[in-house]
Amino acid sequence: MAVGTKAVVMDESAIDRALTRIAHEIVEGNRGAEGLALAGIVTRGSVLADRLAEQVRAIEGVSVPVGTIDISFYRDDVATRLNPEVHRTDIPFDPAGRCVVLVDDVLYTGRTIRAALDALMDYGRPSCVRLAVLVDRGHRELPIRADYVGKNVPTSGRERVKVLLKETDAEDAVVILAERGEE
Amino acid sequence: MLSSRHVLSIADLSADDIARVLETAESFAEVNERRIKKLPTLRGLTVINLFLEPSTRTRTSFEIAAKRLSADAINFSASASATVKGESLRDTAATLGAMACDLVVIRHRFAGAPRMLADMMDCSVVNGGDGMHEHPTQALLDLYTIRQRLGKLEGLRVGIVGDILHSRVAGSLVRALRIVGATPVLIGPATLMPSRPDVLGADVVLDLDEVLPSLDVAYMLRVQSERASGMPFPSVREYAALWGMNAARLGALPSHGIVMHPGPMNRGVEISADVADDTRSLVLQQVEAGVAVRMAVMYLLLGGADSGAAA
Repeated sequence: MAVGTKAVVMDESAIDRALTRIAHEIVEGNRGAEGLALAGIVTRGSVLADRLAEQVRAIEGVSVPVGTIDISFYRDDVATRLNPEVHRTDIPFDPAGRCVVLVDDVLYTGRTIRAALDALMDYGRPSCVRLAVLVDRGHRELPIRADYVGKNVPTSGRERVKVLLKETDAEDAVVILAERGEE
Repeated sequence: MLSSRHVLSIADLSADDIARVLETAESFAEVNERRIKKLPTLRGLTVINLFLEPSTRTRTSFEIAAKRLSADAINFSASASATVKGESLRDTAATLGAMACDLVVIRHRFAGAPRMLADMMDCSVVNGGDGMHEHPTQALLDLYTIRQRLGKLEGLRVGIVGDILHSRVAGSLVRALRIVGATPVLIGPATLMPSRPDVLGADVVLDLDEVLPSLDVAYMLRVQSERASGMPFPSVREYAALWGMNAARLGALPSHGIVMHPGPMNRGVEISADVADDTRSLVLQQVEAGVAVRMAVMYLLLGGADSGAAA
């Protein structure tokens, strides 16, 4: 493989603590869970959205609706590359009038979030959209910022940040992978 | 990103390609249930529907598919096009090429016309039905519909009933079923069987009632009076009695068995009116699947086209 693990920046308990804090911040910002909905971006964003919903339930005692967004058809680079796997988008709630929190694992260029915003708007007109990410690694190419961040991780453009989650990768960790030629 | 940049024949597709189309179509089916049924995916691309043989449903299906992906869909129909003024397919291809289109869907009364067009043009070509040869997107939407209802394709026995000889639907479906591991069975009057059915690789049965209990799917073909020369069976009534799907025959299928038809139906000939409207007849589900499957084909052909090796 061309990549090797360079550093573990978050372990299981760090991820857990960050999600608990974000859940509290979301509820605080929304003044409760009323009118709140979560929308995770596949695949790891939807796992995180499910976990956040669980945390919100623990705090407020109510279940907030959770949806899943696949952005493949909204990418700005469809002409040059295709996602190998296209998943189903499933928004089981009407976004109209709700405060929808988009959830993703890593915020990088911002292009994924731009696509997810377009996808979400096709389902209705939310009263507001917030963004929660586990890791913000910088290098934005669009005027997009996160409202809730688990951890800011300054990176170089040559590195890769990988979020591993139990549901998809058998363990919880955030690691930085170094591209070959750097080590 | 299919293994070919055209979809001219099912034979061009691998098992992986077919699986990819069916999976992608599932995502598009979700879009077709939304209130706003439009995606920005193929914005700025041009799809030309070159239908040199009469067609409403297939052309409309391709047109809707292109429009839901935000591509510009332009229709050339037989009666309105320059071909009736004597233009050759070669000149039509050059003309369309000069208009910088990105994908051409062609329906033509001669087998092989889509292949010829693909060789002459720089853009992707999709076969929308060529003569008595193939109709690949129909077979793909049929697979999608079967899988949606029965949950799998592998190991199923699919009886294709009727005019096998003239049917491009059967031509594509038999090939597609074999690729996904299902067993096609050709059923119909000997006068409407190809002279070498073994070339297709399917079993031939002349008695419909004998095989019905073993079929998972009964696929009724349209009686194509416009293609047949002379009269291949004594009367429409006899055809309906021997080869038509009716309530009694529906009862002879296993309880999970389904009935399909590529449309347009001749009610009372190959399918009775009560069966056509039965919940076990998936005719409308096929039409619905057609849009999603054609969206998937267009997406997979036109997306990722600019670079062979993605980063």
